[in-house]
Amino acid sequence: MTLIGQSVRRLEDRPLLTGEGRYAGDINLPGQLHMRLVRSPVAHGRILDVDILEAVDLEGVVAVWTGADVSAIPPIDFRQEGLTDLYPYRQPILAQDVVRYVGEPVAVVFANDPYTAEDAAEAVFVDVDDLPLTLDATAAPGSFDGTHSTEAAVVRTTYGSVDESFTAADKIVSVEVTVGRHTGVPMETRGALATVEPSGSLVMYGAAKVPHYNRKAIAAMLGIDTDKVILREGHVGGGFGVRGELYPEDVLVCLAALRLRRSVKWIEDRKEHLVATNHSRDQHHRISAAVDPDGFITAIRDEFWVDQGAYIRTHAATVPNLTMAMLPGPYLFPSYETTGHIRLTNKTPAGTYRAPGRYEATFARERLLDAVAHELGESPIETRRRNFIPKDQMPFSRPIRALGTVIEYDSGDYAGILDRLLEHVDHDALAAELAHRRRGGEAVGLGIAFFVEKSGLGPYEGARIQVDTEGAVRVVTGAASVGQGVETTIAQICGDGLGIPHDRIAVVHGQTDAIDHGLGAFASRVTVMTGTATYLATQELEKKAKAVATHVLEVAPEDLRLVEGRVEVAGAPDRALTLGEIAARLEPLSASGMGLEPELAAESWFTTDHMTYPYGVHAAVVSVDKETGGVVIERFVVAYDVGRAVNPMLVEGQIVGGAAQGLGGALLEEFVYSQDGQPLATSFMDYLLPTATEMVAIDVLLLEDAPSPLNPLGVKGAGEGGTTAFGAAIAAAVDDALQKPRAIFRLPITPERLRQIIHGDYPEEGAAPCK
Amino acid sequence: MKPPRFEYRAPSDVEEVVGILTEVGDEGKVLAGGQSLVPSMNFRLARPGLLVDINGVKALDYIQRSGDRILIGTLTRHSCLENAAAVPGPLGRLLATAAHHVGHMPIRVRGTFGGSVAHADPAAEWCMVSVLLDAEIIAVGSRGRRTIPAEDFFRTVFTTALEPYELLSEVILPVLPDSARFGFVEFSRRAGDFAIVASSVVIDVGSNGIINPRVALAGVGGTPVRARSAEAVLAGSAPSAELFRAAADAAAGDVEPMGDIHGSSEYRRHLVRVLTRRALERAASEA
Repeated sequence: MTLIGQSVRRLEDRPLLTGEGRYAGDINLPGQLHMRLVRSPVAHGRILDVDILEAVDLEGVVAVWTGADVSAIPPIDFRQEGLTDLYPYRQPILAQDVVRYVGEPVAVVFANDPYTAEDAAEAVFVDVDDLPLTLDATAAPGSFDGTHSTEAAVVRTTYGSVDESFTAADKIVSVEVTVGRHTGVPMETRGALATVEPSGSLVMYGAAKVPHYNRKAIAAMLGIDTDKVILREGHVGGGFGVRGELYPEDVLVCLAALRLRRSVKWIEDRKEHLVATNHSRDQHHRISAAVDPDGFITAIRDEFWVDQGAYIRTHAATVPNLTMAMLPGPYLFPSYETTGHIRLTNKTPAGTYRAPGRYEATFARERLLDAVAHELGESPIETRRRNFIPKDQMPFSRPIRALGTVIEYDSGDYAGILDRLLEHVDHDALAAELAHRRRGGEAVGLGIAFFVEKSGLGPYEGARIQVDTEGAVRVVTGAASVGQGVETTIAQICGDGLGIPHDRIAVVHGQTDAIDHGLGAFASRVTVMTGTATYLATQELEKKAKAVATHVLEVAPEDLRLVEGRVEVAGAPDRALTLGEIAARLEPLSASGMGLEPELAAESWFTTDHMTYPYGVHAAVVSVDKETGGVVIERFVVAYDVGRAVNPMLVEGQIVGGAAQGLGGALLEEFVYSQDGQPLATSFMDYLLPTATEMVAIDVLLLEDAPSPLNPLGVKGAGEGGTTAFGAAIAAAVDDALQKPRAIFRLPITPERLRQIIHGDYPEEGAAPCK
Repeated sequence: MKPPRFEYRAPSDVEEVVGILTEVGDEGKVLAGGQSLVPSMNFRLARPGLLVDINGVKALDYIQRSGDRILIGTLTRHSCLENAAAVPGPLGRLLATAAHHVGHMPIRVRGTFGGSVAHADPAAEWCMVSVLLDAEIIAVGSRGRRTIPAEDFFRTVFTTALEPYELLSEVILPVLPDSARFGFVEFSRRAGDFAIVASSVVIDVGSNGIINPRVALAGVGGTPVRARSAEAVLAGSAPSAELFRAAADAAAGDVEPMGDIHGSSEYRRHLVRVLTRRALERAASEA
């Protein structure tokens, strides 16, 4: 039976479509309290007083806490250990003395129902003495807290001989580009329900993404034993990097459950979500290329600024580090230097969001490549071809580290996928058609942008497969699901290995009391890591099943085959035992008689110190309304090589969903702040997510030309490549539509800004040639 | 996003509605389709002490013709007007086009014509159409019924001439002659959003040029407005590309828009020029 590569239907869908989904909001416990945060109304200031008297007196209010009540709880730590230089910038669970962004938790109310909780939160009066604001991450750094700078860190990466290359360059081409502030906005907002069970264990429902790490962090912050904390993941309505990180609210519900000895529930509302959950992107790059007389780029020099917002959250410097590591993308770039400034401002703290660092770095790099092409007077496609890492140089290593690994592209044929894409869109005919339409007065254009993604971050993940005497199979993993189809994918890999239908397999994930170790769902890692561990476990299980069959059927193991869930004798398929029968033979007494451990079960762990690197190309055709500045995407193609697609339908779903988010960042979504630090996009009327009407049908060209040599399945992660190059492709297409190179240097491309660019009254900050 | 405490009553006739509104004064708020009111309450921007739900007052749900006038009951859902045949002639087509621009389908199925007019969002389609066509807005209160011309009705953002004890019961629109042509153009970031700017025009081309030109704009200030200078440019002249450009320029000169994060004042004025020209071109080419 071959299940890998089949677009089987999702196991997850039945409960979701029949209304049996168990999202955080669906879980209730008797006597639960409802938590509501009081959030800072100002962007920066010293707290003079938090008056809770009126709130405490409201009927149904059980407790109201301010910063003083939780001052003994340490701030929220980074997942990566040892970054002591960044410790001063960690966020406390309630503001202590100073507020640093609008929306920062200042006090918290616990009441018998959510309405009363909101009434009480509204009745808390926060008196703040305003402090000077920092809203521009590129301005000169100031003081964060009197002791530390708003420039929390400067990160650097360099290799080769950058200075010499620039000195020797035939041409130097520079661009200055900005990617706006936007983020993942899951359909399900955050939520948590904490309770203390009769055993004394603290249980939190509503976990996502990284339950095992969060269990440890919550235990450490609250000063209790890790084994007394259990995190349970239910259905999760979207993660995108933001959901499931450890936030102040998660710690507060747990602390309240312990202190108040009541179950405590918190469901984030959408208005909170847009100011409280991690923002992302918001980078500004000044990037230059040194080009030799043959048009080959010999060196890249980049400097960038990250608007980190008011605190450094769980990701610490992950986004700037990924930006640096992944900026070179598919090109050789023999020398490279980048400097990143991590700047604190008075905005919502920032973290990772689908294709973190890559959406930004790809925009900067691909805009630069387009500018180089313009400078050389050639097609942007030619410039890219000349600079690609050739297929025969794979695996290709750069002396850069990210996430504790060396950047080494495992496999790839970059020129090959570009050819496949150009053929797919019939490039020459398409370009001719667009030129024809432009001659007829339309502003239409084609843009192409390349990207390399990273996926399958280690260092480990495990899977335990158990078969019961009925032949039912259970896979227990430390993986987490944020809705991406983990159960289906893992069941397919397991079913493929054991020769049984995937819908006979139950997959357990996100339960910290089911397995001791698990790193979770991020970095497009689950299929690579948990999938491989599952594959390895099926091989172990097969060995054990054959060992039993050897005893029972009196046949040597090498003469046995595992076929369709049965171990049969080669050449005599009637002589066979089903996996259920084998499990029955492994009851403790008879297992002991065979010298085997009881139970038909196997456990495997997959460890790796290298990531896998999927890659692809985005191609956009847009038309611009030159009078209004409106942009319509007429066509969008994503060519993406994921090594091997376990379930092509799910991979395509990942690509299309990711593309919608790429579109949002390219044209619509932006967290705008007023001059006094007030967020102006705090509802879906102002924070513009793409809807079905704005979304273009994504033409997916899913390729498996470059399987990963780093795992036996050959898989790479598929979660982010729909997003990565979207902004860069749209920008190139708009340039082409306007026949105005270097026109677009900032995302999102709003109609008003575009109209200003078209009419030439936009400050030309992006178009300046290097001095 | 939970509303503060409120009381709720659901009367079954207009007299009872007016009685309750008179009794409670400022505390009362009429609930029709709730598509703006309920989110406002959840954001705690609106805090009515008492919701007077008129969804049970079936007598307020009608579209009737009376001579050369069309009477639209306040409880008429937007979606009823999406059917161009619901109202005869060019007016039916204009209303259908405008209706299709109102929010998204679920909003159009639940939201009401009168509710939108009473809410007085300066970018709302029905407010602009009311001003465009010199609608008469009927308010019913304990002291009886009065007629308010649309241009007097809208005072500023979310503010109307309606008294707290009055119910907006009906909007009266003039039937347009079969020779009338209209153009209705919006620009928004996404389909279904309130327009950044909308422009609507009605013209009737006779042997002596354009007669009865009407130009109205939304998204350009606290209320929808008529672009009187544009109308003056159009009146009596033969339609032409130059004329439409001149009228569009005049319309842009008629407004002093407020800016927000979706468009500055300057950009909105620019859009007035572009969209008014396009609305006129569309009207001229309407079959």
